[in-house]
Amino acid sequence: MATTAASASRPALSVPSVLRHRAAHKLLVLAVLAAVLVPFAAARWSSGSWPQALTVDLSKPLGSASNWIIDNRDSHPLFLYFFGYISEAVVVSVRAVYLFLLAAGWAGVTALGAAVAWRVAGARLALGTAAALLACAVLGMWVPTMQTLALMVVAVLASVVVGALLGLAAGLSDRMDRALRPVLDTMQVLPAFAYLLPVVLVFGIGVPAAVLATVVYAAPPMARLTALGLRGADKEVLEAVDSLGATARQRLLTARLPLARKELLLGLNQTIMMALSMAVIASVIGAGGLGDRVYQALASVDVGAALAAGIPIVLLAVVLDRVTAAAGERLGQERHGVRALPYAAAAAVAVAAAALAARLAGRTDWPAGWTAGIAEPVDRAVDWMTAHLYSGVPYVGGTADWAGHFTTWVLDPVRSGLQWLPWWSVLLIVAALAWLIGTWRTALTAACAMAAIGVLGVWKPSLDTLSQVLAAVAVTLVLGFATGIAAARSDRFERLLRPVLDVFQTMPQFVYLIPVVALFGVGRAPAVAAAVVYALPAVVRITAQGLRQVDPAALESARSLGATGAQQLRQVQLPLARPALLLAVNQGVVLVLAVVIIGGLVGGGALGYDVVFGLAQGDLATGLVAGIAIVCLGLTLDRVTQPTRRRTGKGA
Amino acid sequence: MRKPVRTTALIAAAAATCSLLAGCGAADMTRQASPFAGARGSKTVTLSVQSWVGAQSNVAVAQYLLEHELGYRVDTVQVDEVPAWDALSQGRVDAILEDWGHPDQEKRYVQDKKTIAPGGDLGVTGHIGWFVPTYLARQHPDITDWRNLNKYASLFRTPESGGKGQLLDGSPSYVTNDKALVNNLKLDYQVVFAGSEAAQITQIRQFAKEKKPFLTYWYMPQWLFKKVPMTEVKLPPYKEGCDADAAKVACAYPHTPLKKYLNAGFAKSGGKAAAFLKKFKWTTEDQNEVSLLIADQKLTPADAAKKWVNTHKSTWKTWLPR
Repeated sequence: MATTAASASRPALSVPSVLRHRAAHKLLVLAVLAAVLVPFAAARWSSGSWPQALTVDLSKPLGSASNWIIDNRDSHPLFLYFFGYISEAVVVSVRAVYLFLLAAGWAGVTALGAAVAWRVAGARLALGTAAALLACAVLGMWVPTMQTLALMVVAVLASVVVGALLGLAAGLSDRMDRALRPVLDTMQVLPAFAYLLPVVLVFGIGVPAAVLATVVYAAPPMARLTALGLRGADKEVLEAVDSLGATARQRLLTARLPLARKELLLGLNQTIMMALSMAVIASVIGAGGLGDRVYQALASVDVGAALAAGIPIVLLAVVLDRVTAAAGERLGQERHGVRALPYAAAAAVAVAAAALAARLAGRTDWPAGWTAGIAEPVDRAVDWMTAHLYSGVPYVGGTADWAGHFTTWVLDPVRSGLQWLPWWSVLLIVAALAWLIGTWRTALTAACAMAAIGVLGVWKPSLDTLSQVLAAVAVTLVLGFATGIAAARSDRFERLLRPVLDVFQTMPQFVYLIPVVALFGVGRAPAVAAAVVYALPAVVRITAQGLRQVDPAALESARSLGATGAQQLRQVQLPLARPALLLAVNQGVVLVLAVVIIGGLVGGGALGYDVVFGLAQGDLATGLVAGIAIVCLGLTLDRVTQPTRRRTGKGA
Repeated sequence: MRKPVRTTALIAAAAATCSLLAGCGAADMTRQASPFAGARGSKTVTLSVQSWVGAQSNVAVAQYLLEHELGYRVDTVQVDEVPAWDALSQGRVDAILEDWGHPDQEKRYVQDKKTIAPGGDLGVTGHIGWFVPTYLARQHPDITDWRNLNKYASLFRTPESGGKGQLLDGSPSYVTNDKALVNNLKLDYQVVFAGSEAAQITQIRQFAKEKKPFLTYWYMPQWLFKKVPMTEVKLPPYKEGCDADAAKVACAYPHTPLKKYLNAGFAKSGGKAAAFLKKFKWTTEDQNEVSLLIADQKLTPADAAKKWVNTHKSTWKTWLPR
């Protein structure tokens, strides 16, 4: 027994025979455990769905907590002297940035963006930045874009500061690292939707709540990558620094931080991307800006208008992503410092001149006549698509028929199957899967998270959500692996695919929702469809990357042995890319869960609906319980699919 | 030795900032406006827009008149109904122009906390009910009585309704007793929540395009009736107080005069804007006209409002404060 536990806690090797051996051991231990515990549990409580006796009803305490907050929000010192200041600080700083951007005018902001991009990423990206900013203006979205940008600047700065401090702590102290790691891991898998309700309750609808929700969502990657960078520093360099007699502080500032530059910039990149995606979701709680335009357009089922506001978001995301990524790549290749001062001066003069010129010409606002409406043609295209594809297409049937079949033949059986399973067997399956792929710790976490769902009394809706996630993940993986393999084999295909993936990955999830309803009707099928579209790019990307990184020598030797293309793929590339494929599965699951939850807005029901209901009715009891259940479900799914090595971040 | 100095400096700086921000007293969140309000020193009014198009029409016309006749800048925020009350009491928004009746919130904020002031009637009467498309009502005239609904349940079956008939509901934020109604009237139906009004409208239009039968929760006034004619299904008649216990409701929805509410501080010191919003009152036809321009002809709310304002001068002249 003792030897089994000891060997199991070590990470599994990828040598098949050893793995099979270990796997058998782990399963045996679980089987023994189950044989002891299950009869007892089944006799003590019921078998079947989660027993009523094991649930805790939180609606009373949560309801009174919510009432207390509303009654004391304008009088209690906690709010007046703590939350009040936080909120005030956010309002003042967002306002300052916003007024600065407005004062600079479109010419000034464009010049500033281009100058910064030029400095850190080169001339081509500078041109791209300018073009993207002007495109936002041409779409008639200048002011909302500036609002979103102001909110983003504050949120990203705050996230970076918070994340870097946490990361510093975790990077320098082992104890902090052990304490923080599970927290950061958990935050990384949380769907953004689950954060909103508690923040709204304390801060009320509006920008402060939106900024804080964004910071909570976007800070973890920064913290994680900072810690990673600090810990990954080259031991020999550090030893050399030590031998020169540097103090701990000097060592940090002159060796460890500079060595971690790459990770720090990658962290910044991830933080920006997550902040941007949250800025859109936060429109539900009154963030304003572009997200609000998307949300309002959806209310009148106007995909075109939603797209007009969605495109600036995509442009911002692509530009920010490319510029920060390029900045990371250029680090170390170039010497700074010497030219920095005159350069900054020249840039400042140029920006001021541009702003002034526009102001003198009386054109700080983008002229109304210079905008182009895209809403109408897009709407016409969407109408045509739904009119011709919805149903009655000869031979293949319409999309509505597919959705119906998918619901009846896939979603319903999976859901009733899951809900039919006795509760203890679900826990066992979760534990077994998590243990096979990870350690006994991950297995314990996964099983506990699943049990927590039952205790909260949302067992059934959670299994409903789980069934949607499973179906969506299956579809995503089939499509994603196929596309990824194709992209890895053909350079041209990958070049074609890249901008498409960029767009789909950064498009706010809300924009997908209406076209999928038009194509698949209301229900769980459109929620699954939206989730597939959202998760696909990450899966394709990771698969293609993994296949491409397979050692060329291994491929060459396979080819020299006369293996055909298919044989090479099956016997060399896929086995060697196994870690990447597992990572793709994990990412797919996390992303799918995020969108299946948002699918509550299009009839996905289950947990997503409860969260939407909680937000809409200000009902903390329903919303928060569902939110916690989502967190637990996310945790379970992540642990069940996560190999022992950790990933670095979402998307990208 | 340098470290403590830094820390002290930091604390001093933080203290200085905080006193700069708020005079270092209490920072009351309920007195904080949106950071986007009042840019460039203009007078700003923030209006709450609910997710349905009728509400967008109210706001679009009010916004147009406030901007062009009274010289205000108007910000709009889309918020769900209940959170909008919360935002209104905190002053994050200045006014709600169309409220469908929230007795709990009214008691809490208007009567107890006095942070919200009633702003009079909108002039439009709202009604919620169950509807079937008129083409279906013509085929089966007796379908418009709830007693016959069970007979036709199989017509309304969908993959989502699990063998029962589907009653399509909309956004979770709307006022609804449908689950209790189905239960208490012993109907063989399943309530399927579309999750948002946009999703519900899209689904209804898809059904209508193919002349398929459907039964839906819907409300008047609503522009969709002009595109998809629908007939109301008669539920047991509404009597005062029959919907008091949410679990035991077995009667139709009432006819609700829609109301406006203003933030109490804004109502007192909001000047011309507050006076204007209190007087704002129009008819169902007016509202539908604007809604149809927005939702069906895809005009921007601002353009639709402009069009309406240009042709109804006599109506809105009376709203302007002298």
